[in-house]
Amino acid sequence: MATIGTAVKRREDFRFLTGQGNYTDDINRPRQLYAYILRSPHAHARINGIDISAAARAPGVAAIYTGKDMMADGVGGLPCGWQVHSKDGSPMAEPPHPPLAADRARHVGDPVAVVIAETLEEAREAADLVNVDYAEEPAVADPVEALKPGAPQLFAEAPGNLCYDWHLGDPAAVDAALTAAARVVKLDLVNNRLVPNAMEPRAAIGEYDRATGDYTLFTTSQNPHVIRLLMGAFVLHIPESKLRVVAPDVGGGFGSKIYHYAEEAIVTWAAGKLRRPVKWTAERSESFMSDAHGRDHVTHVELGLDQQAKFVALKVSTIANMGGYLSTFAPCIPTYLYGTLLAGTYTTPVIYVETKAVFTNTVPVDAYRGAGRPEATFLLERIVDLAADEIGMDPAELRRRNFIPTDAYPYQTPVALQYDSGDYGTTLEKALQAADYAGFEARRRDALAHGKLRGIGIATYIEACGLAPSAVVGSLGARAGLYESAAIRVHPTGSVSVLTGSHSHGQGHETTFAQLVADRLGIPAESVEIVHGDTDKIPYGMGTYGSRSLAVGGSAIVKAMDKVVAKGRKIAAHLLEAAEADVEFEDGKFTVAGTDRSKTLGEVALTAYVPHNYPEDLEPGLDETAFYDPKNFTFPSGAHIAEVEIDAETGRTSVVRFTASDDFGRIINPMIVEGQVHGGLAQGIGQALLEGCVYDKETGQLLTGSYNDYAMPRADDLPSFSLSTNTTLCTHNPLGVKGCGEAGAIGAPAAITNALVDALKPLGVHHVDMPATPEKLWRLIQQHRHPLAAD
Amino acid sequence: MEMTGEFHIPASRERVWEALNDPEILKQCIPGCETIEKVSPTEFTAKVVAKVGPVRASFGGKVNLSDLDPPKGYTISGEGSGGVAGFAKGSAKVDLDEEGAHTTLLKYAVQAHVGGKLAQIGSRLIDATSRKMAADFFERFAGAVAPAPAAEPAPQAAPTPAEPAPEPAEPSPEAAKPKDLRLPPVLWVTGLAAIVGAMLYFFTGRRVTR
Repeated sequence: MATIGTAVKRREDFRFLTGQGNYTDDINRPRQLYAYILRSPHAHARINGIDISAAARAPGVAAIYTGKDMMADGVGGLPCGWQVHSKDGSPMAEPPHPPLAADRARHVGDPVAVVIAETLEEAREAADLVNVDYAEEPAVADPVEALKPGAPQLFAEAPGNLCYDWHLGDPAAVDAALTAAARVVKLDLVNNRLVPNAMEPRAAIGEYDRATGDYTLFTTSQNPHVIRLLMGAFVLHIPESKLRVVAPDVGGGFGSKIYHYAEEAIVTWAAGKLRRPVKWTAERSESFMSDAHGRDHVTHVELGLDQQAKFVALKVSTIANMGGYLSTFAPCIPTYLYGTLLAGTYTTPVIYVETKAVFTNTVPVDAYRGAGRPEATFLLERIVDLAADEIGMDPAELRRRNFIPTDAYPYQTPVALQYDSGDYGTTLEKALQAADYAGFEARRRDALAHGKLRGIGIATYIEACGLAPSAVVGSLGARAGLYESAAIRVHPTGSVSVLTGSHSHGQGHETTFAQLVADRLGIPAESVEIVHGDTDKIPYGMGTYGSRSLAVGGSAIVKAMDKVVAKGRKIAAHLLEAAEADVEFEDGKFTVAGTDRSKTLGEVALTAYVPHNYPEDLEPGLDETAFYDPKNFTFPSGAHIAEVEIDAETGRTSVVRFTASDDFGRIINPMIVEGQVHGGLAQGIGQALLEGCVYDKETGQLLTGSYNDYAMPRADDLPSFSLSTNTTLCTHNPLGVKGCGEAGAIGAPAAITNALVDALKPLGVHHVDMPATPEKLWRLIQQHRHPLAAD
Repeated sequence: MEMTGEFHIPASRERVWEALNDPEILKQCIPGCETIEKVSPTEFTAKVVAKVGPVRASFGGKVNLSDLDPPKGYTISGEGSGGVAGFAKGSAKVDLDEEGAHTTLLKYAVQAHVGGKLAQIGSRLIDATSRKMAADFFERFAGAVAPAPAAEPAPQAAPTPAEPAPEPAEPSPEAAKPKDLRLPPVLWVTGLAAIVGAMLYFFTGRRVTR
């Protein structure tokens, strides 16, 4: 069944679209209790005491627990999965992160107590009677302010609020190259803080089996095995054999559901205490103040160019907000997923990057769609555009001059990565053509006649996906391997279960993986069932993030299929009385080469389970497991071109065209890939134009805590996207795939911002920070029209 | 949030003064006020059950006085806790001007902060809600202190029972003390009205205490 490359409709959509998905909140267990989490209303406060006496007497209350109760029971803190070292070799500050804050609350939304009752209403009512004696302390929400002397301090373990001061590259070489450069372009920019806003809020149900002592956690996770490991080993001290984690249908994650969250540990622990299941579901307003946020960088960048406009050096200095605690993978985002990407698609010979990670009284910040790579791409593509502006060169031409040439692969960048393949020039030309770049100036003039400022902006990007070679990430501080596992279970009658450690929360694995298996095993896709999201079913798994499912999880499936075919060949050779070496496998049949004698996969499977006539020394059964550890990252790349119109009177932006040309390696299902790109672009355009998480600078209160104040992109904010691909294959995984999940969110912010700046260039504007809201643009336009007007 | 306003109260300053010291009158004027207690000369607590439509919620409020300058002005700092909804706190500067024998001008300037869910869900809506709550309070208050149809005697009758002493002109430093005790409610009421108003909005649709 040749299905690779076909736009097969997503098989999971029927159940999703007809309301038959099975999400965590759809699950209810017998005798279930409900948890309500009491959260700090203060950004920073000492907790002098918590009086639960009145609440404990309220109707329906089963238990109320505080941080002290959990601590007294030996519950550990939430662990951090990545250790980054500072310039001086010292490890990052890694202060404790208790599931319930015991002596101090460090951000609005920090959990301080849990009320568990027969109904959710009763839990909520009783929570109102819990009296927390807070002593409010000065708070700091801005990462730059947090580093200043005299700033409020979050942790004794992190003097000056500094988590680490990391760097990569040779500062002396970069300074020398910048000094010798014909021109140095400089820019200060902010990468705005984002709230992830998955459609399904987080939820968790903890359950304890009195008969066996087994725990089960149902949770909205992108990686149930990782949660089992982290929560079992570090927080609750439950052996993996006694802990099952199920992540059923999950409605979007974008990174925010990778991490081990306090609520998972709280409900699991409480279920053990109370001997009853405990369920918690986030309210939307809780999601705003408890899901890990994204981005939040403040950066200074300098790019040196020689006389021929070749980049000679790049120097980047970033302050990255970690929030009030270290989330699971937070430290690696503004370092190894950011600094290592700063070569981009260019031949810049020397690069230096330093990142100071800072604690502030805000929700923890961690990976969000793209994770470090959008931040790297944004600064790189902004400074390249600014350079083109300063030297008066077409930004497309400046990029062409500096692209890594196609004959340079494998290409070693000065920031540790080795790109295996790519063709950035052709990709850009495809995009320029599709966007009618040459015809733009006429469109600009037409728009102006209608009072609209029209601009066009290019961004090229490269991302490191397919996370990740375990030895490499281990040497960089990861406390986990990043391989993937898969099991192919061929049943006696020939249907196949594929058990994958990847987790689908919108990506369409049930379709793509089934295509992959149907294609390789030569059976109908309907005979293939994809199983994921349950630690009791799946051998092991590292989950889905970093555009890794197909590149790593898919490769593990290929390896497991190879084992199935190898064993099947032995069985077929025995049945066909041929030498194993003469048996070929194609289209679902084992055939003796050059003959018409063959056995189908089904016949071979039946023989494996009913081994009456069977090779000596061969185990029965046809059930193979494989682990795949990638040899390198994959490097998807692309060129995105945005065209915008700004209404000069209102500052409102319309994205009138958006063209993306991407290299994702081999594509299994083009329709799913387009869907992934659409979603990524919507989020990237959202970041550029609409979304911005705002904290009150003095009080640390979250001011954009609902959809009243936090603007998400809607369909009418987006144009119809023009998409194309320019494929070069990944050279080191068996499928030649690179990954497509994050590309849109990586390329779009810079493309949109470059287009806005291009539109405003006639007024003398050279940079706009995101989100470029109508108000911000209107003020800019007013200021530049009438330098003394507006404030 | 910042809010200023003024109200003409159809009563003498002394009458306003007395009324603001009368817990019974305050209870009548603050919607849903259950108790007001004087904890110390500069500290008061109150419990208010506020109700908007089907939503009822109980708030605890605490108020401290400072910058006492009777009878010209005072600053009052207040804090109200709405449980899981978060908190509101603020300060108000209040001035009482004698406009005539039977009119007093009360001016106030409130600064308030809200936190937790209150700040998260509707910082932008607090102004309007608070303004309305303050207006409601003063409307009731004016009604409560306005002379009854048998007007004139009332204001004079009021002081008789207790201590009519400090009424004329400059109070001595000693006399100021008892005044301090009396003034706080002005500010407190203004502040709390604003705070409660702000909180109420956010409770709508959220929690129903019965």
